[in-house]
Amino acid sequence: MDREDLWRALGLDLEAHGALLEALGPLYQEVFLSQENRPEGMGYFDSVVADIHGARVAELLQIRESGRPVVGTFCVFVPKEVIWALGGACVGLCAGVEVATEKVEELLPRNLCPLIKAFFGFKLARLCPYMEVCDFLVGETTCDGKKKAYEIFEAYKPLYVMQVPQRKDEASFTLWLEEIRRFVNHLEEVLGKALSPQKLREAIELINRKRKALARLNRLRFNDPPPISGRDALLIHQLAFFDDPERFSSRLEALCDELEERVKAGEGVCPPGTPRIILSGCPMAIPNWKVTHLVETSGAVVVGEESCVGSRYVGELVAVSETSRKGLLRALAERYFKIDCAIFTPNPERRRHLASMVAQSGAQGVIHYALKFCDPYTVESYLVERESPVPVLRLETDYSPEDREQLRTRIEAFLEMLS
Amino acid sequence: MKVVGLDVGSRTVKIVVLEEGRVVEAHREETTARLPEQLRALLSGLEFERLVATGYGRNLARELFGAETLTEIRAHALGVKHLFPEVRSILDIGGQDSKALRLDDSGRVVKFEMNDRCAAGTGRFLEVMAAALGVSLAELAQWALSADQGVNLSALCTVFAESEVVGLIGRGEAPERLARGIVTAIVKRALGLLKRVGAEAPLVFTGGVALNQAVVKGLEEALGFAVLVPEAPQMTGALGAALYGAEERIVGQASGGSPPATARPKASASDRAEGCSLMAPRFSTPR
Repeated sequence: MDREDLWRALGLDLEAHGALLEALGPLYQEVFLSQENRPEGMGYFDSVVADIHGARVAELLQIRESGRPVVGTFCVFVPKEVIWALGGACVGLCAGVEVATEKVEELLPRNLCPLIKAFFGFKLARLCPYMEVCDFLVGETTCDGKKKAYEIFEAYKPLYVMQVPQRKDEASFTLWLEEIRRFVNHLEEVLGKALSPQKLREAIELINRKRKALARLNRLRFNDPPPISGRDALLIHQLAFFDDPERFSSRLEALCDELEERVKAGEGVCPPGTPRIILSGCPMAIPNWKVTHLVETSGAVVVGEESCVGSRYVGELVAVSETSRKGLLRALAERYFKIDCAIFTPNPERRRHLASMVAQSGAQGVIHYALKFCDPYTVESYLVERESPVPVLRLETDYSPEDREQLRTRIEAFLEMLS
Repeated sequence: MKVVGLDVGSRTVKIVVLEEGRVVEAHREETTARLPEQLRALLSGLEFERLVATGYGRNLARELFGAETLTEIRAHALGVKHLFPEVRSILDIGGQDSKALRLDDSGRVVKFEMNDRCAAGTGRFLEVMAAALGVSLAELAQWALSADQGVNLSALCTVFAESEVVGLIGRGEAPERLARGIVTAIVKRALGLLKRVGAEAPLVFTGGVALNQAVVKGLEEALGFAVLVPEAPQMTGALGAALYGAEERIVGQASGGSPPATARPKASASDRAEGCSLMAPRFSTPR
């Protein structure tokens, strides 16, 4: 199907959507294509971005038209394995750029997290084909902003909300396991078919493979010099939410093979000894590349993301030793329960995890990235800074480019401090 | 060796020329909207071996003249350390930004904080408030010093605080008390930044707002120790940039790929710029 026809069929606002894609081109050129020493394997990921609202959307539309569900998600807590096991497809939604602000502010307060305002904006302005191709969305109670926004959003798109607990005790795990069971029951009811343990096992293996490949990528970045830039690695993590998992895994595995060769040859994207930074905090949805780009054009390299678009997504694997439905669902719940999101209280796992990333990567500094009005992360940044083994720069920003130079000054001064 | 330090700030451009470690020229002018032309005019006729730029326009100076660059944070640290070798903390309140820095005893910045994007508590805030009261900055400071007590301004945002001040004028509030309230608002904001970096004495206050005696006095009262102000508090960034050029060797910093060279400011009493009175350290009026 021709792209325009595809977008028209999905009910997008063609004119505004065209303008959005046009704005992406020069930004992509500046942030990604202008880099030197990029691995060849990035070619595939470049081609995915070049057709970001095209080929994959067409595939998803086919899945939907063949009667299988396409489910949109906002958060790494949604157990996507279940959706794949039931023959569906799971996709992340557009939320990385401010659109249709006036329309959004008719419904939501001005002082709200830019990510929430963005997904509303994409829906109200009909600009996200992933949103439109979905049969329904799965939300979750990871923050008050989202939780309450879903109550308004459900007038615009069918929405199912999972309750994520906020403590890591036994009672909370029981609640979470029950939430996963409830989610499975909901899907089975909607689809009129039962979840087979065999299919669930296959889906777990499919997603495990993707997480393994991402973990391998992240380990390779710990080399000095790193064989791939933080920008390219961030992009790969972002595309992990969109692409077909099997194709994505095989392309990423091939890229990792290439990166391994680079490491053996001592080849990297910057000279050895370049200051190394771990980025920690809020997720960065496409095309939110601002901070990584600023860091990497100020003489440092980002060697890890302690983030939902990063290590929190890659995290642990689901144990597949079980064969029963009950056992597999429990293994699934256990894996997701380990996510160290700032919504948990207390949340010492996150600080331990960050310290271990710093140690493994040899990073000299941590940049804590928080979206404006994101209470869990802006508040937790204090403890992150206090317990960090290396200096921390706390940044609070949104999607607008207006504070670029102020951020640059802070980032450069931080790097001067580390040197 | 002749080195030029250029601090291209939001409100003023500052230039300091060092020759064999001595300040031979120090000059400051308002930033205009035609910045490239202004910078070219400022440098025309000057001969120098190295040019180091800091401030918001530093990257423009790099593009135009191939200047080496460093951030205002590091530049102020170098400049102030030179004038006050014992310094441990710096508060810099310029036209658009306020910053607090804590240094270790070798003069390295170990922590810094900056205001976020808005101009709350900066020189711009003072300018807007002075305009709302219809007085000069100097008069505003005098009024503030003459009041026994200030009004409590709840808004810190420049635009909101202006509305609040206008509202209070309309209610017949004494302008001296308003001026004092405005100064207190700046002091509170600065204290917040200073606390976040764990500031301790000796503390040096730089930037245009350091010329305001009422702000200095308010800070001293709140901190409980003397605040040091250089003779020319707006010039320490440009001075630091020039000192960096005189003392540092940089390897490919501009390329973006390699790390900035290790900095070890080596200021001592002997290489201090005694030739130029602008640069001599000065204590603020003791309380």
